[in-house]
Amino acid sequence: MNTEISGIIIMFVFTLLLSLPLGRYIARVYANERTFSDPVFNPIERFLFKCSGIDPHKEQNWKQQLTALLVINFIWFFLGMFILLNQSWLPLNPDHNPDQTPDQAFNTTISFLVNCNLQHYSGETGVSYFSQLYLMFLQFVTAATGMAAAAAVFHAFRKGTQQTLGNFYTAFVRSITRILLPLSIIIGMILILNHTPMTFEGKQQMITLQGDTTYVSTGPVAAFVPIKHLGTNGGGFFGANSSHPLENVNYLTNMTQMIAQMLIPFAMVFAFGQFLNRRKLGWAIWCVMTLGFLALCIPNIIMEMNGNPNITAMGVSPALGAMEGKEVRFGAPASAYWSIATTVISTGSINSMHSSYMPLSGMNMLLAMMTNCFYGGCGVGILNYFVFIILAVFISGLMVGRTPEFLGKKIEAREMKIAMIVALLHPLLILTGTALAAALPSQTASTLANPGFHGFTEMLYEYTSSAANNGSGFEGLGDNTPWWNISTGFVLILSRYLPIIGPVAIAGILGAKKYIPESAGTLKTDTATFGFMVFAVIIIVAALSFFPALTLGPIAEYFGMG
Amino acid sequence: MKQQIIPAIRLTVALMVLCVIIYPLLLSGFARCTPEKGKGEKVADRNGKSYYAHIGQRFDSVIYFNSRPSAVAYNAAGSGGSNKGPDNPDYLKEVQQRVTDFKQKNPGAIIPADIVTASGSGLDPDISVAAANAQVPRIAAVRKLSQQAVQELVHRHTSRPLLGPQKINVLKLNIDLDQLTH
Repeated sequence: MNTEISGIIIMFVFTLLLSLPLGRYIARVYANERTFSDPVFNPIERFLFKCSGIDPHKEQNWKQQLTALLVINFIWFFLGMFILLNQSWLPLNPDHNPDQTPDQAFNTTISFLVNCNLQHYSGETGVSYFSQLYLMFLQFVTAATGMAAAAAVFHAFRKGTQQTLGNFYTAFVRSITRILLPLSIIIGMILILNHTPMTFEGKQQMITLQGDTTYVSTGPVAAFVPIKHLGTNGGGFFGANSSHPLENVNYLTNMTQMIAQMLIPFAMVFAFGQFLNRRKLGWAIWCVMTLGFLALCIPNIIMEMNGNPNITAMGVSPALGAMEGKEVRFGAPASAYWSIATTVISTGSINSMHSSYMPLSGMNMLLAMMTNCFYGGCGVGILNYFVFIILAVFISGLMVGRTPEFLGKKIEAREMKIAMIVALLHPLLILTGTALAAALPSQTASTLANPGFHGFTEMLYEYTSSAANNGSGFEGLGDNTPWWNISTGFVLILSRYLPIIGPVAIAGILGAKKYIPESAGTLKTDTATFGFMVFAVIIIVAALSFFPALTLGPIAEYFGMG
Repeated sequence: MKQQIIPAIRLTVALMVLCVIIYPLLLSGFARCTPEKGKGEKVADRNGKSYYAHIGQRFDSVIYFNSRPSAVAYNAAGSGGSNKGPDNPDYLKEVQQRVTDFKQKNPGAIIPADIVTASGSGLDPDISVAAANAQVPRIAAVRKLSQQAVQELVHRHTSRPLLGPQKINVLKLNIDLDQLTH
């Protein structure tokens, strides 16, 4: 058991140690400063910009940035719909998988477009290799979209009045060429050396040692998995995601994938501090996020190590912990660690089946997605946290009777309204969606895999996962129906673009304001006191609005047990 | 907005070349340089037939070390777990049945959790050390081997990593078990 706990601790420490230099590097990349990687990437970027006829040095204000972001996202949507609806005759389809239905293609495209990867299909049968490659493309570009939006916010808070926030295309392309692609190649090589398949062959027939006839799916897995984690996308190559023994071969690949998914969210926080030359602020934000992460993660590790009391009562030894839905090579502690890491960050990849976790472990996963800002997704995590900073600045400003300001910019009614809308949108989408699903049993009752409170949690989880752009699921839910495909599709769109538009707009408006130098009367935002203030706002606004729904699901299930 | 559509399309195409063609080809090329050529690790039995070392197989016969229950019957054309909640009455009945069966096959053994629960992928290639130990007396009796010889085999197949849980690859164990008998 000790080797398992030390495995988790080493994973966390390693992530932190790697993210510090990466954060410094990311800050330099977005500030267009010289980096050691210039000789390799400058020619590639020049070529990309020349091909597309874009001037990378043109400064854009926040409206121009958002227009560019939305237009290019729209193009990816149409392309995705076309490919998924026509994959049967397009190339690279050795298993002759059929076209997706329109509602399923809508859901698949949207969910990959918004960095969620809900996956209402199974990778082995639902998509061709060609489609998988396009979905992999989306995993690169949507992560870079989020990072570019975060870079715009970084630019807004430089000292002085900022009318423009850099160039969207530059930050976007550099995120891919200088951050996501090189890291993906390194991780892909580590995976290949650990026996992850990288082939374009189709399914193969196999007679087992005992004499059964089965089939084995493989594919270009080692290319797909690195970006699925680095970009906090989480869409699995196989149906079972990273619990599949070819997608996540051993404990070492598990650690690699775990570190990969937490790396950029960590690094973005430090990059924010570095970019603005306020390193202490970066650390203050990271500490609050870590507090939230540990508060959810440690209980899960303990609960899963204790095992399922119902099964222990049958005379089964609880020494291994709760093993339903978990793999022996990872064990209960590393699976529980992953279950929270993948939900605080919007990855949504899984190495064990979340639906089979203990009720309160399931609640912690839900809470992780409901707050959605402890580290958070690639780029968008820090945007979500930024909204809570704005709220906390305003509330503490009122409490001490000072004009609320953040980094030398006065926060006024207009910014507050935007921040409030973004913060309240999340509970609105989740709770309305779940309420509708619960009110329409004709659409949903037959799709549930479990009776009672657990069935309700399945529905709540599906909408929470959609609204947090997470993509994990209580996968027993038969979610490939028009109801689930379309309703979660709309939740996905709203919960991706508004939380990007909102913070970028706030940053743009604040950036254009007059810079007020710090004085004795300034509310310090890099202190422990302010950190707790933000934490309290997150708990009150995000977590408590969901309490009634959680009572009906996991909490009721917990009290009903044994 | 209009003057952004054309550049966006062109940038998309250019990035596709980079991310969808060059990147996978680079990794494919790297995979071809490895001994297994990117096809996954294989292991051969005594007749020279090869299997995927990391794809679990169904072993429910008394003459083999049994593998874990599977929600997809170990058919690797698909993958997945049971997704049953921890308090689902039907599910608990199923587990109770597995416990009864395991007790009957291996009387007196301690029952570890992994051998009566389904894995996440349905293709788990491993079992815990406790699950193998529990089956040693039965295997020895059926195969007419000494318990010590079987125990030694289990001991040899136990991987003890510096980080992470101890485990045993059932397929490799059973292939060697066949070797031991003949």
